[in-house]
Amino acid sequence: MKILIVGGGMGGTILANNLARKMRNELKSGKTSITMLSASDKHMYQPGLLYVAVGKMNPSEMYRDQVSLLEPSIEFKVDPVTEFNLDDNNVKAKSGATYNYDIIVIATGSRTHAEGTPGLAEYAEQFYTEADAVKMYKKLEAFEGGKVVVAVGVPHKCPMAPLEITFMLVDYFKQRGIWDKVQLHYTYPIGRTHSLEPVAKWATPEFERLGITYETFFNMKEVNENVVMSEEGTEAEYDLLITVPAHKGMQVIEDAGLGAGGFIPTDRKRLNMEGRDNVYVLGDTTNLPISKAGSTAHFEAEALSENIASIATIGTATRDYDGKVFCFIEAGDGKATYAMFNYLTPPDPKAPTAGIHMFKTAYNKMYWASARGLL
Amino acid sequence: MADRKIVDAKNTFCPGPLMELIANMKQAEVGDELLVLSTDEGSANDIPEWINKVGHEVIESSEDAGVWSVVVKKIK
Repeated sequence: MKILIVGGGMGGTILANNLARKMRNELKSGKTSITMLSASDKHMYQPGLLYVAVGKMNPSEMYRDQVSLLEPSIEFKVDPVTEFNLDDNNVKAKSGATYNYDIIVIATGSRTHAEGTPGLAEYAEQFYTEADAVKMYKKLEAFEGGKVVVAVGVPHKCPMAPLEITFMLVDYFKQRGIWDKVQLHYTYPIGRTHSLEPVAKWATPEFERLGITYETFFNMKEVNENVVMSEEGTEAEYDLLITVPAHKGMQVIEDAGLGAGGFIPTDRKRLNMEGRDNVYVLGDTTNLPISKAGSTAHFEAEALSENIASIATIGTATRDYDGKVFCFIEAGDGKATYAMFNYLTPPDPKAPTAGIHMFKTAYNKMYWASARGLL
Repeated sequence: MADRKIVDAKNTFCPGPLMELIANMKQAEVGDELLVLSTDEGSANDIPEWINKVGHEVIESSEDAGVWSVVVKKIK
């Protein structure tokens, strides 16, 4: 059986490693092969971007060689897919090569779509690529005071990012001794300060305690120099605009017509592409109405690796993905908390503590064990 | 009849039914109708509130066995 994994991010990497361990004998005998195609020979720890943006992490700390994270039995190629031929069970890649498969897993991730909001790329700061995070830090470094606005697009990767960057900005300005010269204004697309109601119930009083003003039902429509307008007809003036831009799936997914906005229609339990029984989808690439986050990809990959191994050996899947998500929430002031939930159990976040912040700091290093499928 | 896309946000907490609707509304064409399915009681209020603020239209809203169905139309 030929298993082809497209994408070398968190989901694809954990899936590949778990499969390689579960199917050690089949790989050794040559009955099964696992091939991963990626656009890069490097693997980025994407949550590190948040820290780079406020000068708390050096960009080089975010990267490892992808091949160093993979089990030796996995064939790894830097050869991004350019064409999906799902009816013929093959893909074509940038090198011109064609890769056949029996099972394909698409885990190509998502990207910011700043161009979807006029003026955003020109006037706003963002932190979803290394270049953008470094640029944002340099802008912060030169900032001496004024009104800072945080604005959020939909959908976006990492639902905690809007709150985390806000609280981390407070710490940043306090540490520079200019917090008293900053007016921080937080905006959010729906009618409370976070999509998770228990998180909003914690965050809103924190805003009030810290003197952060906020506006809900604010969806960015257009950004001009020093003012951002909302779809709801309001506007916020700024001296520095920090944004979480709307995201899309990868262009190759859109070009192949696999899903609107680059997000592939996916079964929420078995993670197969709707209407296909040998095409699976992981992480940000799905159209599932759940958090676009590394932990989502992680837990999906755990379920899917068990199912693919079962399909390869006994001919049928054995478990469902239960919608599990776990998100740390950096709360500033050296504290953090977390939200954990699944399709049936809502989150119940506790008060932030220094201990959870220390654990999150440790996880920034432990991630590499997680990507190897060891954690 | 206009296209009616189903946004099935039942049994999900984050980003939640309204955020899913906002994301899907961006991909919709003017005149399209979207049916949001939600198990969050708050959807019966916050979806119409947002729709009214932005200037779209709520076509109908109902509840059956703990599932709220809200049909909206993209106006602009």
